Amino acid sequence: MNREAAVTTARPAPRERTPRRRRVRTGGGPTNLVARGQPMVWLTAGGLVLCLCMVLGLLALVFSQGFATFWPGGLVEVRLHDGSLHLGEVTRVEDYRPGPELIAALPEERRAEVERELAERGGLATRRLLRTGNYELTNEHFLWVSDFEVADEQRPEWAWLVERMAWGRFYGTPRSFRIDGAEVATEPARIAELFDEHHGPVRARWHERRDLELHDTGEVNARLEHARLALREVELAHGADSAEWNEEHARVTEIERESEGEFARIRGEIETLERENGRYGVELVTADGATKTLRLDEIVRVVPANRLGLLGRVGVYLSRWKEFLIDEPREANSEGGVFPAIFGTVVMTLLMTLLVVPIGVLAALYLREYARAGWIVSAVRIAINNLAGVPSIVFGVFGLGFFCYLVGGSIDRLFFEAKLPSPTFGTGGILWAALTLALLTLPVVIVATEEALAAVPNSMREGSYACGASKWQTIRRIVLPRAMPGITTGMILAMARGAGEVAPLMLVGAVKLAPELPLDGAFPFVHPERSFMHLGFHVYDLGFQSQNSEAAKPMVFTTTLLLIAIVVALNLAAITVRARLHGRFKGSHI
Amino acid sequence: MELLPIQTPRPGPAAMKPTEPSAPPPGGLPQSSARTSGLFDAIRRGEPFQTAVHAGVDGQTAIVEVDDFDLWYGKTQALHEVSMVCPAGKVTALIGPSGCGKSTLLRCVNRMNDLIDSVRVGGRMRLSGREIYDPGVDVIELRKRIGMVFQKPNPFPMSIFENVVYPLRIDGERDARVLEEIAESTLRSAGLWEEVKDRLDASALALSGGQQQRLCIARAIAADPEVLLLDEPCSALDPIATGRIEELIHEFKGEYSILIVTHNMQQASRVSDFTAFMYLGRLVEFGPTAEIFLQPQLKETEDYVTGRFG
Repeated sequence: MNREAAVTTARPAPRERTPRRRRVRTGGGPTNLVARGQPMVWLTAGGLVLCLCMVLGLLALVFSQGFATFWPGGLVEVRLHDGSLHLGEVTRVEDYRPGPELIAALPEERRAEVERELAERGGLATRRLLRTGNYELTNEHFLWVSDFEVADEQRPEWAWLVERMAWGRFYGTPRSFRIDGAEVATEPARIAELFDEHHGPVRARWHERRDLELHDTGEVNARLEHARLALREVELAHGADSAEWNEEHARVTEIERESEGEFARIRGEIETLERENGRYGVELVTADGATKTLRLDEIVRVVPANRLGLLGRVGVYLSRWKEFLIDEPREANSEGGVFPAIFGTVVMTLLMTLLVVPIGVLAALYLREYARAGWIVSAVRIAINNLAGVPSIVFGVFGLGFFCYLVGGSIDRLFFEAKLPSPTFGTGGILWAALTLALLTLPVVIVATEEALAAVPNSMREGSYACGASKWQTIRRIVLPRAMPGITTGMILAMARGAGEVAPLMLVGAVKLAPELPLDGAFPFVHPERSFMHLGFHVYDLGFQSQNSEAAKPMVFTTTLLLIAIVVALNLAAITVRARLHGRFKGSHI
Repeated sequence: MELLPIQTPRPGPAAMKPTEPSAPPPGGLPQSSARTSGLFDAIRRGEPFQTAVHAGVDGQTAIVEVDDFDLWYGKTQALHEVSMVCPAGKVTALIGPSGCGKSTLLRCVNRMNDLIDSVRVGGRMRLSGREIYDPGVDVIELRKRIGMVFQKPNPFPMSIFENVVYPLRIDGERDARVLEEIAESTLRSAGLWEEVKDRLDASALALSGGQQQRLCIARAIAADPEVLLLDEPCSALDPIATGRIEELIHEFKGEYSILIVTHNMQQASRVSDFTAFMYLGRLVEFGPTAEIFLQPQLKETEDYVTGRFG
């Protein structure tokens, strides 16, 4: 074979080309607007602005309302034309159209003038909502006062706002400070001094008393309950009146006798504290002249609203926030704190995350790494995606039927037989709530994880296999670490979804008031069967179930604010974790 | 090895009018007098033909032996009756136009094609005399005896050190001293030690493309493989990085048996001892590199290596 010849003979003849027809540009002028794409910029920017406006509007509403709740306003005393006097705090001002019966109720000499004023403003009048409190005396918490009804208005210097344990707020002026029923001071300034002096120790004694009632009594009760359960177990195992039963019964009787002694001791202590606290009282006089003596231990806080400077107001504001964050609720949740709800929300969300992430990641791993692609896998994937669209209340119903009644009921029959018919696990509880929400957020985790796994370049898997790694070694050492940021994103989304969900919780364990936390100092420290309080449910409860809805309304916003803050905090924590993971792949260009 | 002049590809008559084949060569056997299109057309029609094997291949000790090997992706046959040997301690290059099956053949050696569900194989393949495709073969064990480097550098998202010792880690090696020793010697062999010795704990992904590929080579030789498979190792690299990899391949000669797929004729001629030319799933010609490039038995091979076809 001759190479030279091959080269010369193989040279091809130049191919004949038919010239390609070129399109003639129409229009001829400068590039038109649509082609430049300018309108699309405006359109897309408009969409973004719309979204931002909605989000910012919501946040602005929640923030302004939520932060204003605890700010102490001044107290106003109004004298109406009908001669009645009212003392209270202005909570709202609005324009309205008064009905003729309101005008007719005015004294005759005022009527013409008021009608003239109304006519000038086109029939509109201004009214204020006064929070007047003193519910046990007036049967009202709030009072609407129209401006034309007011004959005289002043801000009494010594007016007190009293926040107390029961009956809502009290508005009045201090008349005397009493110790053992005797007046020891009548000067307002001296009363305030004495109040400040005695209130601290009295409240300390009150807390001590509550501790005795809750913990010490609770401990004795728990011991008694335990002994009775043991007896019941023996009865179930050996029958009543058997030798074992008699032995156990004797033990229980012994414990009962001991407990009686304990109870008597605790009662005695409580009585001592109670007697000491009962000595102190402060007598207040309301705007309409009624007097009322309040025991010092009933009073949570006194705000001499009209004497407070800015610093004093800030002090009250912060003290109210502190109470809100760390105390238990009182007054049907419309006063006091929401600590149990914060705790319940956080614990439930973390428990849910702990349950959903491993299950979701394993499921996604099987779907993406092991399952042979085919119609079954596609069907499963579609089903999972559709699961995300199921209304959350449906999950609640499922959780109640399956987890609480079926699983919980079975656990009760197997392990807590002695306690039946009162359920242990067979009713709503934080574990079932977490499991229900885990089911609800499972699609989020699976979809996010699958996407993260799919985004791991196949070249990495091949590289690992080529090194002689098995499938599982490849997944554990290469695929999972690489997909971890994406999996964390799924976790964050699931947490955000789960922390804000309320509807299913109503069925599976969230309650209006749960004094016992799911984690506490009593053995075995973790109580997954206990029902719990949840901020989302708390918002619903305040907004729709509260008797004193006017007082509860600002609390709705404050609680919402807190819920948002907690979700943001949980997300930030997760994002920090993700950022750390991302740091490990810095410089990746593959 | 002689450097061939770069020639711009010019379509031969066959490539110009593929639908109008000229008369096939009688018997389908390669004939030096046949027109360029003849053999390729015959292959395209699926006619049987004989691989042109040069005498220079005889007498070499084979590390990988391929016998009558077939492979199907589903219903499409990608390899047809391929038979060849990879001489031990030598570099064997696989060349051919895109889609001719060279990468597929390479990936058959360490059974990477097992990862694709639709793949079926026929024929036999042996590594150091042991069957690769017997039912009883432990694929993971097999892959541990073979190192592989891919087209795109694929360091794992972990530190440089962990990347190099990965094959040992998955093999269960825990002794830190052994790992460190092997990491150093391997990185030295891959010519990367001086560049990374101070930052072994840094992420491998922060290295440049060329360094990443040398890291992948280090990883491939860390477990002391019997054969090294290189699948277009330089196609994603710049000329300088390419040059360093080629130097490495030269240094590895005698120590490792290398099977390399490349699109770059000059690279094949520079680094390899033997060259196999493939076309449409068939091995067309196989022989010592100098002969393939300077005195090919087939005109089709000559057209391809001189750049007149493909």
